[in-house]
Amino acid sequence: LDQVVKMPFKRYVEIGRLALVNYGEDYGKLVVISDIVDQTRALVDAPDMTRKIESFRRLTITDLKVDIPRLASKKVLTAKLAEADTFNKFAKSSWGRKLARQEAKSNMSDFDRFKATAAKVKKARSVRKVFNQLKKAAAKK
Amino acid sequence: PRASFPANTKMVQGSFKWHQYQVVGRHLPTDKMPNPTVYRMKVWAEDRVKAESKFWYFLKKLRRVKKANGQILSVNEIFEKRPTTIKNFGVWVRYQSRTGYHNMYREYRDTTLNGAIDQLYHEMGSRHRCRFSCIQIIKTATVPASACKRANTLQFLDSKIRFPLAFKLIRPASRTLKTTFKANRPTTAMF
Repeated sequence: LDQVVKMPFKRYVEIGRLALVNYGEDYGKLVVISDIVDQTRALVDAPDMTRKIESFRRLTITDLKVDIPRLASKKVLTAKLAEADTFNKFAKSSWGRKLARQEAKSNMSDFDRFKATAAKVKKARSVRKVFNQLKKAAAKK
Repeated sequence: PRASFPANTKMVQGSFKWHQYQVVGRHLPTDKMPNPTVYRMKVWAEDRVKAESKFWYFLKKLRRVKKANGQILSVNEIFEKRPTTIKNFGVWVRYQSRTGYHNMYREYRDTTLNGAIDQLYHEMGSRHRCRFSCIQIIKTATVPASACKRANTLQFLDSKIRFPLAFKLIRPASRTLKTTFKANRPTTAMF
């Protein structure tokens, strides 16, 4: 039986994988998997935090990966992340942009919400104006 | 007592139920024995008081001294030297089952020895219904990768380790956001 078993998984937990913390005190943080403890936990690292253990239950792994050795030092990690521009790549991805949009919306003040409504109303008004003109022209024919 | 450590040490060391203490004690000096031998033990206990108690429990079995005629010279908590690297811990255990005493060698992967011992006590409780009072830790050691024996440890000693997470765990970002009813069924497929 020479069947090639092709696994349907695209994202793998491996050293250097970028992950997003989805639960707990570090919620929303982007971390890099530095080493794997066991089936349920990994040592995660990021330039601005002390390396710590995080459970896979609390991590959502992303498409991005950084080429780092096991238990890379902070200096090596920061350098490799900057070289690959990983955090920016994530921010430019649709996932990253969605998170940015959600954050911007939640940080809106009442004045910002007023400005957004005013802009929406203005745009809708001008669209409707042109639409009604076209409708009248079509009805005349 | 913890003021001298840097701010994030406690978080890095982790929070454990059982702490490791170094207890040093000896027989009280008498006329016949003005300088008794000093003994040192490393014990796991929930706090210092229980550590002292554990010390006397073991020392009484090993030497002709008991709490009534002995004195504790010092109790110090032992912390992990490098809590940010993963180590393979081998633990030699003597435990009491329903039918007798047995020896065991168990391996755990963790960043701190306290974490490994935590795993040990929980695992002994679950697999062998063995509680804290029935377990004696004979010896612990950091085992190099070449000397590990257990299959569960060996499978992680791969420099190119790589595995997928087979299912997507759906849960709200905090317990306050939990709701009883959901509009849609969750999809746990990861592909």
